[in-house]
Amino acid sequence: MYNPQLNSNGELTHLLSIEGLPRDVIVHILDTAASFMEVSAREVKKVPLLRGKSVFNLFFENSTRTRTTFEIAAKRLSADVINLDIGRSSTAKGETLLDTIDNLCAMHANLFVVRHASSGAPYLIAEHLTRVNRDIHVVNAGDGRHAHPTQGLLDMYTIRHYKQDFSNLRVAIVGDILHSRVARSDIHALTTLGVPEVRAIGPQTLLPGHLDKLGVHVYHDMAQGLKDCDVVIMLRLQNERMTGALLPSAGEYFRHFGLTPEKLALAKPDAIVLHPGPMNRGVEIHSAVADGPHAVILPQVTFGIAVRMAVMSIVAGN
Amino acid sequence: MPHLPNPLPDAEAQCRQLADRIHPELAKNPALVGIHSGGAWIAERLKELLGLSEDIGLIDVSFYRDDFAEKGLHPQVRPTAIPFDVEGRHLILVDDVLYTGRTTRAALNELFDYGRPASVQLAVLADRGGRELPVAAQYCIWNVELAEGENLTLAQADDGRLAWRLEHV
Amino acid sequence: MKIAIRNGRLIDSKHGLDHNADLFIADGKVAGIGQTPAGFSADRSIDAAGCIVCPGLIDLGARLNSIEAELAAAVAGGVTSVVVPPDLDPPLDEPELADRLVHRAADIGLARVLPLGALTIGLKGERLAELAGLAKAGCVAFSQANRQVVDTEALLRALEYAATFGFAVWLQPQDYWLSRNGIAHDGEVASRLGLAGIPVSAETVAIATFLQLARETGVHLHLTRLSSAAGMKQVERAQAEGQRVTCDVGIHHLHLTENDIGFFNSQARFDPPLRAQSDRSALAAAAAAGTAAICSDHTPVGADDKLLPFGEAKPGATGLEVLLPLTLKWARESQVGLADALARLTADPAAILGIDAGHLGVGAHADVCIFDPLADWRPTAETLVSKGKNTPFLGLELQGRVRLTLAKGRVVFDGERRGH
Repeated sequence: MYNPQLNSNGELTHLLSIEGLPRDVIVHILDTAASFMEVSAREVKKVPLLRGKSVFNLFFENSTRTRTTFEIAAKRLSADVINLDIGRSSTAKGETLLDTIDNLCAMHANLFVVRHASSGAPYLIAEHLTRVNRDIHVVNAGDGRHAHPTQGLLDMYTIRHYKQDFSNLRVAIVGDILHSRVARSDIHALTTLGVPEVRAIGPQTLLPGHLDKLGVHVYHDMAQGLKDCDVVIMLRLQNERMTGALLPSAGEYFRHFGLTPEKLALAKPDAIVLHPGPMNRGVEIHSAVADGPHAVILPQVTFGIAVRMAVMSIVAGN
Repeated sequence: MPHLPNPLPDAEAQCRQLADRIHPELAKNPALVGIHSGGAWIAERLKELLGLSEDIGLIDVSFYRDDFAEKGLHPQVRPTAIPFDVEGRHLILVDDVLYTGRTTRAALNELFDYGRPASVQLAVLADRGGRELPVAAQYCIWNVELAEGENLTLAQADDGRLAWRLEHV
Repeated sequence: MKIAIRNGRLIDSKHGLDHNADLFIADGKVAGIGQTPAGFSADRSIDAAGCIVCPGLIDLGARLNSIEAELAAAVAGGVTSVVVPPDLDPPLDEPELADRLVHRAADIGLARVLPLGALTIGLKGERLAELAGLAKAGCVAFSQANRQVVDTEALLRALEYAATFGFAVWLQPQDYWLSRNGIAHDGEVASRLGLAGIPVSAETVAIATFLQLARETGVHLHLTRLSSAAGMKQVERAQAEGQRVTCDVGIHHLHLTENDIGFFNSQARFDPPLRAQSDRSALAAAAAAGTAAICSDHTPVGADDKLLPFGEAKPGATGLEVLLPLTLKWARESQVGLADALARLTADPAAILGIDAGHLGVGAHADVCIFDPLADWRPTAETLVSKGKNTPFLGLELQGRVRLTLAKGRVVFDGERRGH
């Protein structure tokens, strides 16, 4: 099948989604990230790989946190980083997304890190760059509900770090999967890496249909869903989900789907708990879990920088 | 065109010669840094032969290469591991073959990101000429000329023994 | 002007004609078939050897953003009568606007325009438009285009009022609340790509409401652009129970599914959305059975409005010029005979509209489409006459191309002149 993120040699030239990435490409990214972990631990946390290259952070949707991790990663690769706070300003001026891109091409960009509220926006940009014959790489930093591939990869790095092998794991993803780009990327990554059992736990209002087609087992009950899991991935519950008809209240959500030490005890004794951050303590996760021995939430952040360094250096070289 | 000796010289014997040449340097308490992968094997061998107790440093220069723009990232990158403080140390950088000098340049750059060593010497088993940068090895066992399309690499057998291999590219 | 169309295969499904015969036209009307009428001497003779000669197509839904260009596209596609939905800018909610549109089209003189009047003012679903006045100005039925009357009581009153005058009401069934945030069929593809879904129930809930209200009011209800198997089943059941309800499907929905979205291809964004394979099959079967007529749902969209992320791109595709070849393709795939397939574009729409058109009976308006059923061509920015170059079939090979179109006995499109 045609895959717009791979070039004619099958090499990764954009990172748009985990879906469709061959297993060896994912493993290569994780292996490379392992080498970058060592760079971040040095006195001089910098390698000259992308010296002279320009990385543009295009955040059409605001996210200081994600933007910062990409910025750190790019700077540790010695790239020049340009943060463009596009937000609504250029669209308010009537400029289309592709107008903006054409403008930035003229500034000799080498790599675009794109965050956009619409699913598929990075595909549109990558296809446009091909059409206008620009050798600029695109890394998706989150598009709508669709994908957040670097988060998915850093979750895989974290799981591999603590569990070594994917082939005998039971992984549960808990919460608002319907609106979650992280969940979609995790699901594709886990199934591609050969995790035999991926579970989704949440109320029916927060689960998309057809999850079985993605190889996911659906649970509406935390006690059943968490039983004997090796890995628990918690998702952030956006505040706006609690004002509509999806959920009655944060309190009721927490009672049924919040991760408490008691519920976590149903998972394996050495289970790890991931969360993409920022956490809503007392909504999807109890503080005792968030700060407890099973949580690997802060290591995720550290791994995230190495994974983003790996992704940027691999696509920029292809 | 000078002919290469057939069979190729014994790399293990060359390692012993190299250890003998380096031996006087031990007075300075040098640390060994091997360049991945051939240089790392030789450095490991030198450590045994010289009876050093300190672990060697390992360097993968993939992140420092100057041909990234043409070739992209190397498909297999190993973590660099320098288990000692570089600052003020006498270092011996170890590689298998010295050729253009670009790998040495990259390794020096990487080393300096760990600190300012007191000195750096270069030790190689083979020097095939063809330098593109002003780099020279303090210790070299075998000066060799290769024909067009030939490439010399060091291989490690399953039993750990090192041996030269001539490749035709 | 007297025209003789010779050597063609004449297909008129209304009259059950399907044989090689000459067609004679005089004074804008069909003067005879087969035998040369007495005293007929052709001013122009057209050789239609190898071609099908059929009534000009009647398209039950085409948006004419730029009326001159799009009417040219209509006749290039063999379409001689075009039903125009009322979602123009401004909406067609005043008799004067309808009057102006009809006259403008008559001045252009290509295809005939049959406007649908707005059912409510501004299509806002609140206050009734002047239906009788709009009908007098030429509106053939009343519609909300693809917008909904959210207030069910307002809808009931509108249907009652339309029934008072015997006006037909055309509604696109899509529950407002279940579809307002959606951008794609609530299926596997939307789940995978993270696109907000429009469930099939958006259609079935609306159909159930419309059928019930139509039954109560006795209005002639025509449901436009059905998209689902479940929705089609509701219509079939209502028809079987004797309710006066008709429906149509857009030609793209007979060929494409949610899978054609691929990686966010905005050319595959439609309203209603492309649904699952099983839905497509059910729509194709309903069209084969004659339950549904086929229309182009022609929606020209500028390139800039498609070069956007999927959910921000405007829905719809250019359709007038691909209507015939895509109908032929559907007929081949569904094993529907040519005469039957052409009925979906001629006699059936005429019956839904209740107009005397879509046939070649002697004395009828000589609206004629002559096409080569075997000619291969590719819709491209260059070959398409329409200003809308937005089609998922861009650059793909289609079979069947219009050679000549006559409206009221006048040649309004000549493919040879365009270098076909």
